[in-house]
Formats: sequence, C-alpha cells, structure tokens
Amino acid sequence: MQLSTTGTAAPGEPAAAPPTARRGVARDGSRLRTADLGLRRLGLGLAGVVAVVLLLEIVVRVGLLPQAWFPPPSEIFPDFAGLVTTGELFVPLGQTLQGWVLGILAATVVAVPLGVLIGSLELAHRLTRFMLEFLRPIPPVALIPAAVLIFGSNLDMKVFLIAFGTFWPVLLQTVYGVHDVDPTARDTARSYGLAPRAVLLRVTLPSALPYIATGLRIASAIGLILAVTSEIVVGVPGIGVRITDAQSAGGAEALMYAWILAAGLLGWVLNGALQMAERRLLHWHPSFRPGGGR
Amino acid sequence: MIRNRITDWALALVLPVLLLVAYDGWARTADDFFFPPLSEIGGTFADEWLFTRIPTDLLPSLVRMLAGFALAVLIGVALGTLLGFSRTLSTALDPVLQFLRALPPPALIPVSLLVFGAGDSAKVFLIALGAVWPVLLNTVDGVRGVDRTALDMARSYRVPAHARLTRLVLPAALPRIFAGARTALGIAIILMVVSELIGADNGVGYVVQLAQRGFDIPEMWAGTVLLGLLGFSANALFVAVERRVLHWHLAISGRATTGRASSAPRRRSRRTTPNPTEAAGARRP
Repeated sequence: MQLSTTGTAAPGEPAAAPPTARRGVARDGSRLRTADLGLRRLGLGLAGVVAVVLLLEIVVRVGLLPQAWFPPPSEIFPDFAGLVTTGELFVPLGQTLQGWVLGILAATVVAVPLGVLIGSLELAHRLTRFMLEFLRPIPPVALIPAAVLIFGSNLDMKVFLIAFGTFWPVLLQTVYGVHDVDPTARDTARSYGLAPRAVLLRVTLPSALPYIATGLRIASAIGLILAVTSEIVVGVPGIGVRITDAQSAGGAEALMYAWILAAGLLGWVLNGALQMAERRLLHWHPSFRPGGGR
Repeated sequence: MIRNRITDWALALVLPVLLLVAYDGWARTADDFFFPPLSEIGGTFADEWLFTRIPTDLLPSLVRMLAGFALAVLIGVALGTLLGFSRTLSTALDPVLQFLRALPPPALIPVSLLVFGAGDSAKVFLIALGAVWPVLLNTVDGVRGVDRTALDMARSYRVPAHARLTRLVLPAALPRIFAGARTALGIAIILMVVSELIGADNGVGYVVQLAQRGFDIPEMWAGTVLLGLLGFSANALFVAVERRVLHWHLAISGRATTGRASSAPRRRSRRTTPNPTEAAGARRP
C-alpha cells in the first residue's frame, strides 16, 4: 500500500500536503508485519517485472507486435548490458544528469528564499498570487525556440530550460509550506522572545520542509523531462541524442530501446533516491513518524 | 466583503502590470533584437493568431492534445479500475508502472516516429502514452482506497456489480482520478508542443519553431505567448470542471473556497482530512 501511495504522489502530482500520502506507513505498528509486507511486495514486484518482460518477449516472437518496431526484450537487454560494460552509457548519462542538477540547483537557490519571502509577507502573497497562478501552467517547452535563439544549442540552454520549468513547483510549494506554518507555533516562538531569524530557522523552515521536498520531487520529474526534450529536440548532448541517433541509424532498434531503458531507469532511480532522502531527512516530521499522520 | 475582493484583485494586478510596463520601457530603449517591445509582439499576435492561423494551426494542436488526453484518461481509468480491484495484481505491476511513469515521455518520440511516421497519429500516440500513467496510478490508488465497509455493505445489500462500480467505487475514486488527470493535462500540453517541434507541418509549436528559424522574433514571441495562454486556460477550464463535478466532495470537506489568498490563518486541524482534489485544485501539476 505504502509503496504505491507514496509513489503516486510523486512527480507532477500536485501534492498540497505532501505528508498525507504517507499515512499508510506502518499503520499497524508491528515491525515484523511491516517487514513481511515489504518482502511480499518485493517478491510480487519482481514476479510482475519478470512476467511483463516474458509476456513482451512472447508477444513479439509470436508476431503480435511487429519486430521492426519493437525488438524482443532478449535483444534489448544484451544491448543495454553492452552499454554498461563498455562504459558507453556513462558519458551521456553524466551529461543528462549535469543539466538536471545545475538546472534544479539554480531554480532552488532562487525559488526557496523567494518562496519564504512571499509566504511570510501577506502583502507579497497578495501581490504575486495572480501572477504565480498565471505563470505556473505555462508549458516550459514553449520557450525552447526562444532559448535556442538566445543561448544556442548548448548546456546553457538546457540549464535555463530546466531552471525555468522547475522554478515554479519549488516556489509554489515553498509558498504553501510557509503560508501553512502553524500560527500558534510561530506566535509561541515569538512570545518566548525568539528573534525573527530564529523563528525562521527553527519554526518556519522546518515546518515548510516537507512541502519543499515535494516541490523538489515534482521538479525532479519535470527537470528530467526537459533535459531529455532539449536533447531530443535541440540536440544538446545527453541520453536523448543517443536515442535519436540509434533511431536514425536504421537497424539499431534494440539499441534505441536500450537507451530508452536507460532514461527510464534514470528517472526511476532519481525518484526513488529523492523519496529515500526525504524519509531520512524528515523522519522527525509527524507525517513520516510511524503511526503518525496528522 | 466585496470591497475586499476588489482590493484583492487590484493588488494582484499591480505587479504584472508594472512588470509589463517595465519590460516595454526597457525594450523600447534597449532595442534588443531578441526582445521586441510589447506593441510589436501584440501586433503580430493580432495579425497572426486573430484569426488567420486558428483553423490552420491552433485547432490541429488542440484536437491532437485533447484526443491524446481523452485517450489517456479513458485507458487510465479503465485499466486502473481493473488493477485497483486486485491487490495482488496491482502490487505485482507496481514497479513496472512506476518505471513507465518515471520514463520521461519525450524519450518515446523516436518510437512514435518509428511506429506512426510523422502524422497526427504519432503525436496523439505520444501524448496519450505520456499522459496515461498519472491517471492510471491515481485510479489504482483511488479504487484501492474505497471504504471497505461501504463496499461490504453494498455487497450484502446485493447491489449489482455495475451499480457498485458506478455508484460507489468510481465516485469514491473520483477525487484521486481528477488529481491524476490534472497532472496528465500538464504533461499532455508539454507533449503537444514537443511533438510539434519535431517532424510536424502544422500546429502552434511548429509555427513558433519556424518563426525562430526564420529569425522572425515578434512572431516567435507571439506564438510563445499563445502557448502560455493555452496552458493557463486549459488549466483554468480543468479546475472549473473539477469544482463542478466534485462540488459534493469540496463541500463536505468545507474547503470550497480555497485558492483565495485568505488572510485568515488556516487552522492546522483542517489538514487532518487530506483532500487530494483540493490539493490539486490549488497546486501545480
């Protein structure tokens, strides 16, 4: 239960109160049972993966799916293994990751302080509300042509695109988080004579942190989409370029799917890593505590 | 109350107007090739998009996007309901589905080109393929989260299976389905644009790309603005539909009036009943 719930709340999902999805965590309390459930889930999941791969293999071999479009998994996996063993995988992987990291970093560095500001000043909140609501749903890919023109087809352009696209989720989640800080806790801190800086560092930021984490998780998915898009559409070096190369090479369909597999695994690993980091860093937060929930 | 609303709106409009004016003033004096003044962009926008290019480019874009989105919702809800009924099956398929959702959809552009060539069906396929996962996964979650007691009661009252589905399971799962569909809508719009940047011969994205290649900067910005408006309106429309369809849900949770910048401090207790839809209503896909 927990796996799929937390998973679904993941990227793109506009989780308002990020914690809510996790209420299923160890509701029954007993550690043993949780471990058992985890094992069962792992076993079932593995069985599911194997079954899907086998099914694809059969469907392709029997001819239900034309081999020209979809080579059987038994041809894709060796190609993927080849990419790993020859080390060919790692340069493009690094290039994609580089854009992803730099873009999200740039967005976060600006968005979090700005979000704290907007979230804590009522006037700023009211001034920016309409603008944020308007700018948020603008598809970042609409800026690709302009970005290519201004930056050229290079890493700068990729980083700009990712930074622009991931800026909004991080900013908005920060604003919501700061805006939703328990006023009683803040007032208590104030009336005990804590300096504004201490209130910010000890009350506001910690309680907004789960929101920011959700913003980052959303940003991670969007960032990867934009990285791969700028690679495929514009040709900035990275995994995306390898996918299009393999497709245009002709006869290298299995290799193309091997690269697509790499892109998917990258997204999957990034999402998992962020979720784990979140759980580690926010273990003290009520929504992450066993039996917690709000 | 009304006066409050008016000041709210006035305040909300101050900053955008100021920024636009500042940009225009800067662009006029700077005379930067890449950043033409607003009047030029606006003029091109009126010439091109009102209404000459609407049937030739805007409509095809919208039709493809809506077709892909509709397919994604239909398939996602149907498969998600099926999976949601079987705990074993949905647990077993969870890793595969998570992988497919984590796969950045533009990576599949070469596949859609390979399978469908450069036509409309390739684009619809890509949009549907990218947008289906959030709907599917959220539907599974929604269906799995249906109140057991209510389900057992419906069974013991011998409510026929199809009525159980349409009267109990789907309505209960609806808030989550909407949250998924909202994410899917954002992805669909992104993919609509992306699919038009590669191997297209019409569509808003194609026009923007063409203008950029021809260094027709005002036209490029006009198209970009249109895409922004498109994203904004699609989102606003979705929220309106969601409010209507889920008014019972929002009313129950007592948070029908969110999204406003209320100055009243929100009470913490309100979050004890998490409401995925409302969440979706106010936050980003």
